[in-house]
Amino acid sequence: MRVSGSALVLGDDINADLLYPARYMGITQPERQAAHALSGLGPEWPARLAGHAVLVAGENLGGGSAREEAVTALLGAGVRLVVARGFSRLFFRNCINNGLPALACAGLPALDSGTPVTADLAEGWIEAGGARLAVPALPPELLGIIQGGGLLARLRA
Amino acid sequence: MTTLSEQILSRAAGRPLRAGDMAEVTPDHCFVPDDTIALLMHHLERAGVTRLPHPERLGVFYDHFAPAETVEHATAHAEGRRFLKRHGVSRLFEVGEGISHQICVEQGLVRPGELAFNADSHTTTLGAIGCFGTGLGATETAYVWATGRIWLRVPTTIRVVLEGALAPGVAAKDICLALLRLVGPAGATYRALEFQGGAVAALSVAQRMTLCNMAVELGAKAALVPPDSAWPRVSPDAVYEREIVLDLSALEPMAALPGRVAPIADFGAPEIHQAFLGTCTNGRIEDLREAAAILAGRRLAPGVRMLVTPASRAVQSAALREGVLATLLEAGCVLTPPGCGACAGLHMGLLGDGERCVSSGSRNAPGRMGSRAADILLASPATVAASAVAGRLTDPRLLMESPA
Repeated sequence: MRVSGSALVLGDDINADLLYPARYMGITQPERQAAHALSGLGPEWPARLAGHAVLVAGENLGGGSAREEAVTALLGAGVRLVVARGFSRLFFRNCINNGLPALACAGLPALDSGTPVTADLAEGWIEAGGARLAVPALPPELLGIIQGGGLLARLRA
Repeated sequence: MTTLSEQILSRAAGRPLRAGDMAEVTPDHCFVPDDTIALLMHHLERAGVTRLPHPERLGVFYDHFAPAETVEHATAHAEGRRFLKRHGVSRLFEVGEGISHQICVEQGLVRPGELAFNADSHTTTLGAIGCFGTGLGATETAYVWATGRIWLRVPTTIRVVLEGALAPGVAAKDICLALLRLVGPAGATYRALEFQGGAVAALSVAQRMTLCNMAVELGAKAALVPPDSAWPRVSPDAVYEREIVLDLSALEPMAALPGRVAPIADFGAPEIHQAFLGTCTNGRIEDLREAAAILAGRRLAPGVRMLVTPASRAVQSAALREGVLATLLEAGCVLTPPGCGACAGLHMGLLGDGERCVSSGSRNAPGRMGSRAADILLASPATVAASAVAGRLTDPRLLMESPA
């Protein structure tokens, strides 16, 4: 499974409060959540995200709250891949369970926003800034959840 | 022999598990707070789930925005009540009853050796009584409600050895902040913490809850204090990924801003405008007593407001009976209904531009409690009270040494 797009680049320790402030919880449609995606970083960030299908971050992306709107708001905004040097447990689980590919890449170099990024989840590599980096491939169980459209798709099957 | 996490998750999976294994587990409980009830109902409806197989394992807590502040929140509460009634889920903890984790422990909803999920990251708190508690997102919570099961990975364990005794004026919160400084906000990601060592026996359940609560601020999946029960027990040959030894007698009162954890003296006594005593981290009767001991016979500094939010109705009742509430109110504090209160920034006690709050909570991201242009300093209940009296971030030992 291969995904590519233009990257929006964030720093380290961007937690769930910054990704999606709690006051916007209760909105159930990802397309409507998208208006608040990244808004904890400042009011200009939802617009900055537009047109970027890849979110790139540093260490410990998505720490803190269990709120999955931190993930689904990204999906609603058109993000199709998240790459970070490291993920919090809950953010990573929420990505997989909502069908958003998330790849950890400890050696990810510094990238500029707008850089094209391509990743292959099953083969385990990321291509960005002219270099191809090997990353741990997603285990087949998790890839299966993503390819099936998320965890809840199994209940509808 | 195995870690506490391996023992508990093996039971929940019905087969022996070791760290690193993926397994399908059957939790004893799966809870959800009010801030996720609307999304949970939405997911279940979209997935076509019409029957919940184990309603007795489920439970809902109205704690994050109770009483409701907006029509949307009130509607989430109202629709949740109807949904739970329709599905035979009897464990609904209503507006004013308090925070899920506090209620789970004080009412004995969870037991040592059990596996409990909750769509709330601070579910690690339950490890204080030897229950493996961890947070889930709304989607996987819906999956557990619909099926009774879910996949998870068995974590490796960091053994945290606590030695020595806390000095007067130094609290469990200061242990948490010292650990945060030591290992960082991702130092325990995907791991479980086990608190061991000679100091643990002397820690109250309240202190143990604070320790396990803030384990998630280090990234931990769960945190466990070995329970007094027959099982699960610490095994002498359990395999730990890493060991951290902390001498409690060397600790001093600490505070934290985003990305900065340090002894109070290092912050240079910044002015504060709001003091907040409450939360699943530090809203228990022991915490209110510590604050009252500082505030007795004193008044809040001019221009400072202090919100007191008991973690539960039982905490509020105890504080009323003991005279703790009278002390806090006479000092000028504002009492709010039990629950998450100002910590989640959802229904009261917001911060304005340029303000600074000293909070007994566990999170301080910009904007969490209101304005993005406000600072949240995390500290112990005694530090919160001392700072409210002084109007500046203040080491509580200064007020303990000089009675008013």
